[in-house]
Amino acid sequence: MDLDMNAPHSMGTTIIGVTYDGGVVLGADSRTSTGMYVANRASDKITKLTDNVYVCRSGSAADSQVVSDYVRYFLHQHTIQLGQPATVKVAANLVRLLSYNNKNMLQTGLIVGGWDKYEGGQIYSVPLGGTILQQPFTIGGSGSSYLYGFFDQEWKDGMSKDEAEKLVVKAVSLAIARDGASGGVIRTVIINSEGVTRNFYPGDALPLWHEELESRNSLLDIVSSASPEPMSI
Amino acid sequence: MAKSVIDVPPKGGFSFDLCRRNEMLSEKGVKPPSFRKTGTTIVGLVFQDGVILGADTRATEGPIVCDKNCEKIHYMAPNIYCCGAGTAADTEAVTDMVSSQLQLHRYATGRESRVITALTLLKSHLFSYQGYVSAALVLGGVDFTGPHLHTIYPHGSTDTLPFATMGSGSLAAMAIFESKYREGLTRDEGIKLVSEAICSGIFNDLGSGSNVDVCVITKGCTEYLRNHKLPNPRTYVSSRGYSFTKGQTEVLSTKITPLKKNKVEVVEGDAMEE
Repeated sequence: MDLDMNAPHSMGTTIIGVTYDGGVVLGADSRTSTGMYVANRASDKITKLTDNVYVCRSGSAADSQVVSDYVRYFLHQHTIQLGQPATVKVAANLVRLLSYNNKNMLQTGLIVGGWDKYEGGQIYSVPLGGTILQQPFTIGGSGSSYLYGFFDQEWKDGMSKDEAEKLVVKAVSLAIARDGASGGVIRTVIINSEGVTRNFYPGDALPLWHEELESRNSLLDIVSSASPEPMSI
Repeated sequence: MAKSVIDVPPKGGFSFDLCRRNEMLSEKGVKPPSFRKTGTTIVGLVFQDGVILGADTRATEGPIVCDKNCEKIHYMAPNIYCCGAGTAADTEAVTDMVSSQLQLHRYATGRESRVITALTLLKSHLFSYQGYVSAALVLGGVDFTGPHLHTIYPHGSTDTLPFATMGSGSLAAMAIFESKYREGLTRDEGIKLVSEAICSGIFNDLGSGSNVDVCVITKGCTEYLRNHKLPNPRTYVSSRGYSFTKGQTEVLSTKITPLKKNKVEVVEGDAMEE
């Protein structure tokens, strides 16, 4: 097993953004990998840009962190100049401008989601080339490949907050089950007129899917049992 | 339209001036010098009163150990220290540079440096060099907002964690942390766990070895425990000792060159006037 510790830090990732009646729900896994090693098993991929706008990051960890830092800085200035909270559209466009104008050097897919008083809850997808696309829901990252069919079937317009969050958690959980580059815990951020709520779902509390086994805490559980099964190759 | 030639100082980034020369040399068979790397195991953890950083002390140049007792825990500020893995020159240079920038910032603001300031300075420098500055760092410190521990990768991404390991021995050290770490460790428990993790790297990783350095940072107090553990003492002592009597070395030829006496003329300058 060849571990290249100098491989760029990438977030294998599954990221999701979903609108519901009254706001948005953003969800992500928590695995950051350097080649085949998990560098951070509990990373937070949902980053705050302003009080009312958050972004889900995927792709190169360094590139996505730098882009969100710049956008946070620009939005802060913009908020001061505007005199009121920035709109989600402005935040998403700032992200898009950086991604598009530096497309040769950046490798990051972002999902911008938030709530403002003019348009309510909005989700904007800014994938690799720097396109901007507003959608009622969007998925991103390497684990998203496994979710297109799931969302085509399960997505409904006008869901409630709890329905939307359950959908997001189920989706990320399914992607984690199938994608090696996604894993760890599930983090969700709900943004609406009342504010922001962060939730955390530990990996071992997630439902098991087809042929998945219960996770064992340690080898000691097997060793201390009455008649341990001999190891088979 | 007049063309003005202004001597603009280089803006930074890689200087390509010597590339042709290097190419010519390698064609002639001159191999480029291998980089001095710190194979390394570096760790950090947050305990109840602050952070504890740990590092091994082996520096390697390819397969050779060039320094058996080097210092990998670098000073950044009185309350912030940084462990460095990767190319030794890069970790030294980048930590020295940011340490100076932090000191200037302290003079300008009149306040104690914050860990997040060091983090931002390091990550922006490393990102702008796109991973070519091969420095993987574990940055830890205590400021007025509390204890902080961060890892910084050569490409400029950072993570904030309660316990972290970096370097070639990071997997061995992480195995120790993942099984024994818990929140709210006391100072002695923390030092013991850090030493264990570094020893795991020293004994199981070929790129790490020699001794364990530990640095304990708490609010208002920093203790740098250099060579806290010496688990690899030199046990072989030559029985005859290392003495060489006169006459053991054969003299082939002798040439004596007397040094010329240089006449130095002292010119009396004018007395200094205000």
